[in-house]
Amino acid sequence: MKKLINTVDAVVREQMEGMALAHPDLLRVSLEPKYIVRADAPVAGKVALLSGGGSGHEPMHSGFVGQGMLDGACPGEIFTAPTPEQMLACGLEVNSGAGVLLLVKNYTGDVLSFETAAELLHAEGVAVRTVLIDDDVAVKDSLFTAGRRGVGGAVIMEKIAGGAAEAGYDLARLAALARRVNLNTRSMGMALTSCIVPAAGRPTFTLDEAEMEIGIGIHGEPGQQRMALASVDEITTRLASEIIGDGAYTRVVHEFEPATGEWTELTLVNTPFQPGDRVLAFVNSMGGTPVSELYAVYRQLASICAAHGLTIVRNLIGSYVTSLEMQGCSITLTRMDDEMLRCWDAPVNTPALRRGV
Amino acid sequence: MITTTQLEAWLQRAATLLDENKEHLTELDAAIGDADHGANIARGFSAVVQKLAAQPGQPARALFQTTGMTLMSSVGGASGMLYGNFFLKAAGVAGDREALRGDELLAALEAGRDGIVQRGRAALGDKTMIDAWTPALLALKAALAAGQPAATAFRACATAAEQGMRDTLPLQARKGRASYLGERSVGHQDPGATSSYLILRALADTLAAPSEI
Ligand SMILES: Nc1ncnc2c1ncn2[C@@H]1O[C@H](COP(=O)(O)OP(=O)(O)OP(=O)(O)O)[C@@H](O)[C@H]1O
Ligand SMILES: [Mg+2]
Repeated sequence: MKKLINTVDAVVREQMEGMALAHPDLLRVSLEPKYIVRADAPVAGKVALLSGGGSGHEPMHSGFVGQGMLDGACPGEIFTAPTPEQMLACGLEVNSGAGVLLLVKNYTGDVLSFETAAELLHAEGVAVRTVLIDDDVAVKDSLFTAGRRGVGGAVIMEKIAGGAAEAGYDLARLAALARRVNLNTRSMGMALTSCIVPAAGRPTFTLDEAEMEIGIGIHGEPGQQRMALASVDEITTRLASEIIGDGAYTRVVHEFEPATGEWTELTLVNTPFQPGDRVLAFVNSMGGTPVSELYAVYRQLASICAAHGLTIVRNLIGSYVTSLEMQGCSITLTRMDDEMLRCWDAPVNTPALRRGV
Repeated sequence: MITTTQLEAWLQRAATLLDENKEHLTELDAAIGDADHGANIARGFSAVVQKLAAQPGQPARALFQTTGMTLMSSVGGASGMLYGNFFLKAAGVAGDREALRGDELLAALEAGRDGIVQRGRAALGDKTMIDAWTPALLALKAALAAGQPAATAFRACATAAEQGMRDTLPLQARKGRASYLGERSVGHQDPGATSSYLILRALADTLAAPSEI
């Protein structure tokens, strides 16, 4: 294993210490328990957005803390969910009284931690809601699995909800918007190489020179299919076709109801993409793939979208949801409406995403 | 009666067994998960042992509460939340007692198991830790109802957990990370069911006459 680290145990903490030193104008960092909040938290009258998950996906989520995006982020160990203790402390610090919306990627560990945290925050008198992010179309069914994973859609949701929160949305309206973003977002990823988790010290899986893994998650977990390496056009076509051709995905989710302190069961369905849809196209590097190759992906994606009658109205291209040093990419498409566009275009000032300020 | 000193000894024994089997648990999790179960659970129980050593002699409720909170705040993975919830729910039923009858401990364990189900929403046969807990607690209940002494009844409990653990092998996972593998999860033993068996074996070991271990 060759990595820029001191000791394996210190990787997450030293990264946080570096962020604190680099961005004192944007962030405040707590190391015990571990969380990051925006420098001016709590922001009076504003609903706070809190997300989190395993480390190793940087810049997500810590890099999206700041004006116009997240109020707080809780990093876990690498690829391991953070604990409710972190979320409770973070939630109490960012809550201005207007409530806290928890944005949760759909992994069992994250879901269980955030559910516990929602109950703990509620017990402290904080108005809490939760929205699940489950956009990975590589997982086909929800009945026989833990459901679709949360991947690239997290960035889109955090930005749009962040813009809306800054504009003064109340907790219920913000949760409804975030849920709508999720229901209009689909992603799929692929890997050319594995990543190396520092604690493990060796690659999570191995791929031959001539192989690739399609339909991967973001933790080096196995994908949908291992196949012969193909050209960027063919790979892009495969990912985009699965996203655009995805049917009406149905699942049951549990959302926290702040008035009762109970979990409500919701059956949610994604509507398939239709010709005429306006979309945001997000081409993401898994960490090891250079931007030059991402533009080649975007080039082919643009022509596929056009062929399906989808108009790309916004795009995002770069390393945002990574899997350590893995080579590979993911594509995310979000069907946009005017409200979502307005919030997407709103100013944002975070370490990883900054414009309009 | 099972004293809180014995319950403390149980958790210490569990920490030892889980640490000894850390590599094995991680190998099982590498096959159908993300290769962190051994590290997760060993880290959690070693933190529990440290916490309990700092506050010895707590009544049952506080003992289980400390255990649950420590697991939740030191593990992070799915299993930390589930085992954490197990001990928090068990604490509620165990009460502020210094000693529990076998059936009282059974009731606490059942409440704990229900806590795992409540949080994780797994059913029997989903290839999770529940597949060890449910048959184990049924066996314990039957043994206690038949008037068997605690040592025998809790040994039967561990034996049933071991069987439940083995029976996860042919199952297809429907919960947790392993569920993403679909049919590829068949033929592997569930790591969480394995750690659950080890925890129940630790309990049987603790309550057994020394010659039995
Ligand atoms: N919903 C569930 N209900 C009950 N047990 C579960 C559930 N999901 C997972 N498990 C158990 O947890 C075990 C895996 O625990 P582990 O500590 O490896 O967490 P993990 O899945 O890696 O968590 P994370 O998603 O945070 O990485 C599985 O073997 C299974 O027994
Ligand atoms: Mg695991």
